[in-house]
Amino acid sequence: MSSNNDSEKDKRAQSGFSRRSWLRGAGIGTSVVGAGVLEQEAEAQVTPKVMSGEVEITLDINGRKRSVKVEPRTTLLDALRNRMDLTGAKRVCDRGTCGACTVSIGGKIVYGCSVLAVDAVGKSIQTIEGIATEGQLHPVSAAFVNNDAQQCGYCTPGFVMAAKGFLDKHPNPTVEQVEKGLAGNICRCGTYVGVRKAVLEAAKNYKGGSNA
Amino acid sequence: MQSFEYANPATLKEAFAALGATWEDSAVLAGGTDLLSIMKDYVQSPKRVVNIKGIKELGGISRKGGNIRVGATVTLDELTSNAAVRASFPGLVQAALGVSSPQLRNMGTVAGDLCQRPRCWYFRRGFGLLGKGPNGEALVPTGENKFHAIFSNGPAYFVSASTLGPALVALGASVTIASASGNRTVLVEKFFVAPTGDGQREIDLKPNEIVTEILIPAPATKNATYEVRQRELLDWPLSAASVALRMNGTTITSASIALGHVAPTIWRATQAEKMLVGKTITVATAEAAGEAAVANATPLSGNKYKVQLTKVAVKRALLAAAGIKA
Repeated sequence: MSSNNDSEKDKRAQSGFSRRSWLRGAGIGTSVVGAGVLEQEAEAQVTPKVMSGEVEITLDINGRKRSVKVEPRTTLLDALRNRMDLTGAKRVCDRGTCGACTVSIGGKIVYGCSVLAVDAVGKSIQTIEGIATEGQLHPVSAAFVNNDAQQCGYCTPGFVMAAKGFLDKHPNPTVEQVEKGLAGNICRCGTYVGVRKAVLEAAKNYKGGSNA
Repeated sequence: MQSFEYANPATLKEAFAALGATWEDSAVLAGGTDLLSIMKDYVQSPKRVVNIKGIKELGGISRKGGNIRVGATVTLDELTSNAAVRASFPGLVQAALGVSSPQLRNMGTVAGDLCQRPRCWYFRRGFGLLGKGPNGEALVPTGENKFHAIFSNGPAYFVSASTLGPALVALGASVTIASASGNRTVLVEKFFVAPTGDGQREIDLKPNEIVTEILIPAPATKNATYEVRQRELLDWPLSAASVALRMNGTTITSASIALGHVAPTIWRATQAEKMLVGKTITVATAEAAGEAAVANATPLSGNKYKVQLTKVAVKRALLAAAGIKA
């Protein structure tokens, strides 16, 4: 976004916001301005802090802080896959109805396709790439391998993240709880029997939250 | 998705300043489970998106006067985990769990559930809420209408997509709506509106307003929700019934029956409500109430099956509220 264009400046002046005021307000960008400045500004007049165009944000992904340039419309899923080379979460329906893009934010599983990347700033994000430790498969991933819980495998990373999120809340689940707990994910190959077995086996080896 | 400006207000005052005068100017973002999808499909392309998740006063569940107050940005997961809600409003918890995806319950908010746009495929493909063709002709009555309304004489034939709506209407809940010029309170039942002309919305909300809370009256009722879906999990209901009964012993002193996914609004089954007063819930009275609830149905060419589903939903919701296993 160019900011040295006079007519564009005029437009912004008329609409009452600028990129600069947004940067101050949201604390996103290269520098964080103290809250004191903000409060003074807010008292003078309530001016919406707005971001537009490409901005640099910092995301906390798998325990690492990473900077990435996104637009406000960039979903977390697209930021992960297209800007950060984390292609484990899959883009399938892109409408929050299949579960292939499941990641965890603040310990809760969500659809990465339905979260804006800018909304994930300041939160702890975990993806499928972040659950293994020192070259060891996570117990949930291992249970999927042991139980043949995949065919084409495209839904698998989402299922593993959903299963891990489920087991964190239900360490000793019944079969019925597993079915309902994984209701947010679809496998078009139909490997649900294997998935159920895998989650029940994983429950034995993984006491929820120990590797969260 | 068209590019947009993003505002992240910390207070309602900042949010009002960021909202525009028309739906093209701005949209409120909470859970994002519906808004982002509809923007990806170019059905709505607001110039600015205002995230309200950072506004603290919009969260939390508490007692407020004789009501339980549920903040607008409370997620469905938070709602179903709350002890007071679980104790008083099982019908609301059952409705929220009807959104069977844990991911959607972690993201989606209670006010977002009320404000989400209809799923009507004509609307979602750009033919408008009234589903009109190039010459202004109504497409739904002669088109693919198997998921459309069975209680509507037009011109709107879409069904309300709200999952919590039926339970909240049966419980007599209201919403608080705030704008820069003050607050107003609207019964959830009146919040849903069947549009009669082009450009009208399906809810009583203006572009510069924000739903801030839902107030649910707390007097003791026996309440329950029963949904019928094609797939057991991760699917939209074809029909849903929520009931709330005030009892004197086993005798019903008043009944509220609200139907979802059968009309452009949440539909009150007033005939069935009246006939239940003074009665005791048995399989026979529940069945009769189901019959009464659909007596005035006007199904379209492809959705007569929804009349039967609705009849059964009412019967099963009543039996569930009374604790009777059919």
